Amino acid sequence: MKYVDEYRNEKHARRIASAISECVTRRWTLMEICGGQTHAIAKYNLQELLPDKISLLHGPGCPVCVTPVSLIDKAVYMAAQPNVIFCSFGDMLRVPGSTEDLLSVKSRGGDIRIVYSPMDTLKIAKDNPQKEVVFFAIGFETTAPANAMAIKKAKLDGMRNISFLVSQVLVPPAVKCLLDSPENCVQGLLAAGHVCAIMGTEEYQPIAKDYHIPIVVTGFEPLDILQGIYLCVKQLEEGRSEVENQYLRAVRKAGNASAQNIIQEVFEIIPRQWRGIGEIAQSGLGLKKTYAFYDAEKKFPCEFDDREKSSECISGLVLQGIKKPNECSAFGKSCTPESPLGATMVSTEGACAAYYRYQPVS
Amino acid sequence: MCLAVPGKVTKISSADPLMKIGQVNFGGIVKEVNLAYVPEAKIGDYVIVHVGFAISILDEEEAQRIFDTLDQLDNIQDHPL
Repeated sequence: MKYVDEYRNEKHARRIASAISECVTRRWTLMEICGGQTHAIAKYNLQELLPDKISLLHGPGCPVCVTPVSLIDKAVYMAAQPNVIFCSFGDMLRVPGSTEDLLSVKSRGGDIRIVYSPMDTLKIAKDNPQKEVVFFAIGFETTAPANAMAIKKAKLDGMRNISFLVSQVLVPPAVKCLLDSPENCVQGLLAAGHVCAIMGTEEYQPIAKDYHIPIVVTGFEPLDILQGIYLCVKQLEEGRSEVENQYLRAVRKAGNASAQNIIQEVFEIIPRQWRGIGEIAQSGLGLKKTYAFYDAEKKFPCEFDDREKSSECISGLVLQGIKKPNECSAFGKSCTPESPLGATMVSTEGACAAYYRYQPVS
Repeated sequence: MCLAVPGKVTKISSADPLMKIGQVNFGGIVKEVNLAYVPEAKIGDYVIVHVGFAISILDEEEAQRIFDTLDQLDNIQDHPL
């Protein structure tokens, strides 16, 4: 496939890796923010190509992993209502709530449907006018325009039997939160290419400046990630802390204006709870008042708290880059993708699931 | 979750601008994709698609840049200063 295969060339990957080895003189710790990058790093075993001086920590950029347990509980509650068709991206079905997951509701006969696009839920609602359709609208900035379009179109079409359980989160406030932590040891960041395709690169400038940290907007194929690491290490070695764009073929400085416009039309910035991290100010999107009719939390009021069951799971520390998945005593033993204790073992982009799938359990 | 796949636009239907739909070929698999966020997309362009929406048109010249960098790296190695 064009724009895929050429970025997976092993000879080129080794060439970039050796350029990294040639320029590195001391230990550096980098974090890739996006779960898609984590997945590629594990799948292609990129850490093995890198010199020992470079360690990669895996960031919180997996929306499935950071959706708070109270929202999973709300989803479970809504999906169990007799008149509801609950629609979701597939990854969310196995994420543990405080007592059960969506898949358990489905196995008891709940009408839960996996959709590819938020727009699919509009058709389901139109085909089932006697039912209430709820869509679990999760995601980072990349998914926000798609969710916003479904919500806007529902309103334009005057639909009454659809609502959205919104769990939209934003990358820059979470990055700042991690960098502010006393336990932070990240010295360079690979920013999430597709988030930046929507939002552009400018919002990372103050972070690079204030925290004196290089930020390289990076793509998702092996060559992209290795080049992102190369640019980041070069900055660190030269004492620079700038925003650079490795993923130039897809990311423009200003991002995607029409997508940003719809996000601003439908959503407003609100505080959000992040699973494993806690509440982060200004880190999420919620529906604007003009779209309140489509808020599933208003249509199906219910309250759950965010207390996690105590378990040996350390997914919160993994999400913050403080621990690696294989440092958890449950990893690969009491916690597997078939029987996950934490959300990072569920989604293929969760660091634990990526390690489990591609790296031998020691 | 932010997975987005590149594909080639092979057909565009221009009706409602919010529902501007195109056919996109992903290495042989053709799917309908919403092009509302890439209004300037033309047939033959490559777009990156996420949950049914094209979010960016791929820039062919910029896509080549990584390979130019690789050539430069090789030249440095071949002709040390």
